[in-house]
Amino acid sequence: MEILPILSAMRRNKVGAVLVAMQMALTLAILCNALFIIQQRLESSARPSGTDEANVLAISNQWVGNPPDESALEQSDLAALRALPGVIDATVTNAYPLTNSGWGDGVDLKPNQHESTAHMARYFADDHSIAAMGLTLTAGRNFRAEEVVDHERNENTVPSALIMSRALALQLFPAGDALGKVVFTSGNKTQGSTIIGIVDRLQAPWVGNGSWAADWVENSVLEPFRYVAQSSYYLVRTQPGQLAAVRHAAHRKLFEIHRARVLDKEQSLTEARYEVYRDDRGLALILGVVCVILLAITAFGIVGLTSYWVAQRRRQIGIRRALGATRGAIVRYFQTENLMIAITGAAVGIVLAISLNLWMVSSFEQHRLHAAYPIIGAVMVLLLGQLAVFWPALRAASIPPALATRSV
Amino acid sequence: MFNYYFGLALRSLRRNPVLTLLMVVTIGVGIGASMTTLTVFRAMDADPLPHKSRQLFVPQIDNWGPSEHNAESADKLEDQLSYIDAVALMRAHAAPHQMASYATLFALTPANSDLMPFKAEGRATFTDFFSMFDVPFQYGGPWGSAEDESHTPVVVINQELNRKLFGGANSVGRSINLDDHDYRIIGVLAAWNPMPRFYDLTNENFAKTAQVFLPFTVAIERQMGSWGNTNCTNRNDGGWQGLLDSNCVWIQFWVELPTPKAVNDYRVWLNNYATEQQRNGRFNWPAHTKLRDLRDWLSYEHVVSDETRILVLVSFSFLLVCILNAMGLMLAKFMGRAADIGVRRALGASRSAILAQCLIEAGVVGLAGGLLGVVLTVLGLWALRGVLSEQILELTNLDPAGVGIALLLAIAATIVAGLYPTWRAAHVQPAWQLKAQ
Repeated sequence: MEILPILSAMRRNKVGAVLVAMQMALTLAILCNALFIIQQRLESSARPSGTDEANVLAISNQWVGNPPDESALEQSDLAALRALPGVIDATVTNAYPLTNSGWGDGVDLKPNQHESTAHMARYFADDHSIAAMGLTLTAGRNFRAEEVVDHERNENTVPSALIMSRALALQLFPAGDALGKVVFTSGNKTQGSTIIGIVDRLQAPWVGNGSWAADWVENSVLEPFRYVAQSSYYLVRTQPGQLAAVRHAAHRKLFEIHRARVLDKEQSLTEARYEVYRDDRGLALILGVVCVILLAITAFGIVGLTSYWVAQRRRQIGIRRALGATRGAIVRYFQTENLMIAITGAAVGIVLAISLNLWMVSSFEQHRLHAAYPIIGAVMVLLLGQLAVFWPALRAASIPPALATRSV
Repeated sequence: MFNYYFGLALRSLRRNPVLTLLMVVTIGVGIGASMTTLTVFRAMDADPLPHKSRQLFVPQIDNWGPSEHNAESADKLEDQLSYIDAVALMRAHAAPHQMASYATLFALTPANSDLMPFKAEGRATFTDFFSMFDVPFQYGGPWGSAEDESHTPVVVINQELNRKLFGGANSVGRSINLDDHDYRIIGVLAAWNPMPRFYDLTNENFAKTAQVFLPFTVAIERQMGSWGNTNCTNRNDGGWQGLLDSNCVWIQFWVELPTPKAVNDYRVWLNNYATEQQRNGRFNWPAHTKLRDLRDWLSYEHVVSDETRILVLVSFSFLLVCILNAMGLMLAKFMGRAADIGVRRALGASRSAILAQCLIEAGVVGLAGGLLGVVLTVLGLWALRGVLSEQILELTNLDPAGVGIALLLAIAATIVAGLYPTWRAAHVQPAWQLKAQ
């Protein structure tokens, strides 16, 4: 290799080489942090909620005023929804996944415990909920109809029984023997609730990046309560492919039963997922576009500067050719030169990338950079340099040896 | 002289169109990316009440005890008050103006029975809300403290709702039906949509303002639940009265303190209030209170989203790459003309003349890049609106100040990028260049 002559040539062109190296370092730092954020956001927005999202329809129902027979009205709504063709089951609840809005609580292992053992989301449920949400009961049993009681908004009844997500069960009882155990929901000092069932998976409603539930997003419980309030949600699970028809029929049916109400957010959980992760997808997309433009800009910069170097050294290249250097040797010269600059840039870039990430960890909801990213970034930057330099190097190689004899 | 250099710059740029285009695009893309994010950042970080933001304060009281707060509230304070404290602070009247408020949601039944009921966002508050926040009225005006005290069912509606229900006509004196109760309209707001919606940052920072305002006392009497966040430490006795008697926090509270002395007095008063609660046994921990003004409150509540901050950071690093890139290209360009410069120097041009000529050339590239950047910023904002959900993006446009910043930033960036290449060009040795010919 011709490292020494390259070094001595570079010494005559320090600034140009430093500029390219710095640009590559910054490109690497931005690139691997951006790719890391993209991967994180896409990964978190792909987490399953545990429900049969494509076939669950949610309807927000709000009564006008407080009809005196709210509970009975709700029961006739549910009976009508369950009777619609294409419906598997229906239930009423206080909150549902993928909405960033709901009820949370702490859960304790002992009465009068000072600090909660775990956090969890609370979903009000009846004996139809598991079917209506499409959850998978992996252990224990479902609620029985007689266990389910009415629960108003500002009421604080302690649930007699609980069905919880497996993640929460394991956090409370790492040995895996949660079933049948008694736990205490926070603030409730004496009366316990028995764990009667475990569902494979059920996400809390708060799934946003940096939400308060970020550390316990898989922790949820179903409580045997029928939510009787001015504003509540119906969840309706349909046969595959029937959701659009059911949405239409349910809307008409509910207004037939009682006109003085507002129906809102009649959406499938797939639509709720699309909405709730909009910003994560948006950020990933924007960062992706920025990465592509960044690579293009850096590549064109290298092409431009190398072309200039080639133009500057036309005579020297001609002389080298006249003295017997092959075309390949000239191309190799520029490729090696760029490789040396790029390696320097990549080394600086890795340090920059890690510091940028550390700074983001301290100021944003951001994780530590995975070690693979700086390496991927470095490889990309090195390849980019080699590709960008190839065309000017070919042009240099095509300089005829005769040039050496012409103008000196 | 300037005109001459300008002409030279144009000619020189035209001689090397690919390199010139590359420089202009580089600067343009860098400016476009950074100005897009900066525009969003400026909109989010805006002061919604510039002339009053240092006179409006949020009091915070630790009514839970130091060990009860979530890990998120590092300062062991919640951002809302309990009903008990909100009412006590209203009664004490320790500031010239103060008011408690909370969000609620109505089902509004239009008088025309052909129309379906719809949801209307409400805000329960006191008369001082309107004067403290300089809320503009189109018709009528706010209710007074008499209505607050007598629990009179009056409402102020916003312009949008007035248009929807009354076609924009003066509706003062008419009534609307909210959840089966009639309310008399006492005032109609003119357009008012402060962004960020500073007075309630518990759910969405850039949500629209409420459609219906009504006296807090009426809302409490009629047991209208909060449509914002309610945070509790202990389960209370249940029911509406249980909520009112509990330490659950769900009410936003603001005070207006016009002078530094008033601020100081209120701070002392607030701490005394908490100490008194400790003395009478309600709190069994030392008083812990805080008084933050509007500006501090916005940063305390992290109004500017992490997404925006990340994008600003990435886009300005990107601009830096673009500047380095332009610097390299300009170096190539100027040094490619070393021979010309040598001739000019030999013919008597001074170093400063070469310097001026090169800088003007850089400035022209900067201006062109800036113009391209402005176009790209408009496109960028449009694209952000398509992929991000923040409501504020709908209202975010590149204002004249933004265009100015973009152009200045572009020219400054290019001149910074051009400084070293220019310096190199000005130090070309005429003799050397002439000899090399």
